[in-house]
This record gives sequence, structure tokens and C-alpha cells, in this order.
Amino acid sequence: MRKVSAAISLFVFWVLLSGHFTPFLLTAGAVSAFAVVVFARRLELVDPEGHPVDFSGSALRYWPWLGVEIVKSAWDVSRLIVDPKLPISPTLVRVKPTQVSAVGRVVYANSITLTPGTVTVVAGREEFLVHAITRAGAESLAAGDMDRRVTRFEGTR
Amino acid sequence: MTLAGILAFGLLSLGGVFCVIGAVGLLRMPDFYTRMHAASVIETLGAGLVIAGLIVQAGFTLASAKLVILALLIFFASPTATHALAKVAHESGVEPVARAREGEEAP
Repeated sequence: MRKVSAAISLFVFWVLLSGHFTPFLLTAGAVSAFAVVVFARRLELVDPEGHPVDFSGSALRYWPWLGVEIVKSAWDVSRLIVDPKLPISPTLVRVKPTQVSAVGRVVYANSITLTPGTVTVVAGREEFLVHAITRAGAESLAAGDMDRRVTRFEGTR
Repeated sequence: MTLAGILAFGLLSLGGVFCVIGAVGLLRMPDFYTRMHAASVIETLGAGLVIAGLIVQAGFTLASAKLVILALLIFFASPTATHALAKVAHESGVEPVARAREGEEAP
């Protein structure tokens, strides 16, 4: 099933990028998508990490929340930058990810980095080292709201 | 000017403003790590608003679909690149001006 879904995704990607709907190019796209899936299968790349289609549903719930967080924190960092006093208080903080899978931890680490004001410096199995531009940003990350949401994200497929 | 044109103009201008703010932050911040936070304003709100404006301008076309793919690429690739930079800086001993949170030893 994962292979079928990977082939369909690749074909849709081909059609969107090509924009030509002639029979030859559509056939070429289908053959290419099929060939890529066959090669990827031989390389054992079509797994939950290579084609994480299982997470589509939870991604649709998690991304809007992440988008709002990104806008809010980008606004906060912009205000810090334009403030004449530059009121930053850079802080290093260690957080413990509660996700069980590698995909879950990657989503959490990437979410931290994607929100302006916090960057994951070291992403370990047990612990992340995060650099935050303000003490308040470090505190709110340590409170663990994002961590809980990502754990829910990986749990509900 | 049509309504979509005005909306596109607004989004593109706002995106440009955030790119400039990010660039100013890049110059004002004291060290490597804090500069990185300023840069992430550019790649999230800056790039995001510019692409949103371009999508409004292009309308419901294949160009918009490609812009959505571009936005997804940026949103997956930029944190990865930022993390790679931060990790290498940390491992090669670039000292942050940051302090550890109370009750924790400095890393």
C-alpha cells in the first residue's frame, strides 16, 4: 500500500511540475514514478521514514497550529530586532523529547528550529540542547506544550 | 487595480518588510547563534509572505502549485540547514553569549 501511495504521489508531483497533458508525457511520468518506486524498494527506502504517509492526517492538524506559532514568534523576534535597546537574553536550555520514534523527534527538533527565536543545537535521543534568544522563549519551550503536541502527532495516525 | 492585485501587493510588501527586518537583525545581533534567530525571520515570515503574495498574483494555476511545493521545500529544508550550522558551530567550540538556565550547568 505504501508503494502504491508513493507511486501516486510521485506521479502527481511529475504532472504538477511538467504542466503538459500529452499522452506521451503522462505515460513517461507514470513509467518514471513506477521505476523510482521499484528502485527505492530495492534500496529499502519506502518505509515509514522515507514516505511517512501515515502522518498525513495528524500533519493536517499539527501544521496549522505550528503555522500560528511561527507567525507569533517571528513577530516577537522582529520586535526585538527593531527595539533600539535590543532586549535579548540568550539562553541555553535542555529539553527532554517524549517522542518514541525517530520521525517524531525529527518533527519536534525541526519545529523548534522553524519557530524563530529557538534553534535546536544538539538533537540527541534523550535530550535536545536548544538556544533561545530570550529567557521567556526558553521558559515557554521548557513548559513543553509543543513537545506534547508532537507526541500526540506521532501517536494518532 | 483588482482586489487580488491589492492583496498580492500587500503580502509582497509585508514580506519585503520582514526580509529587511531580518537583515537588520543579522547585523545588530551580538553573536553567531543570535544572528541565526534573525535569519529565521526571513525564511519564515519573509519568504512565507512573499510566496503567499505570488500565489495570490498567479491565481489558481500550475504556477501556484509549484509555489506551494517551493514553500514546502523551504519549510522542510531551512530548519535542517539552520540546525546543521548550529550543530557544527557548537561542536567546533563557538561560544554563545547565552547563559544556561538557572539550576543547570553550562553546556
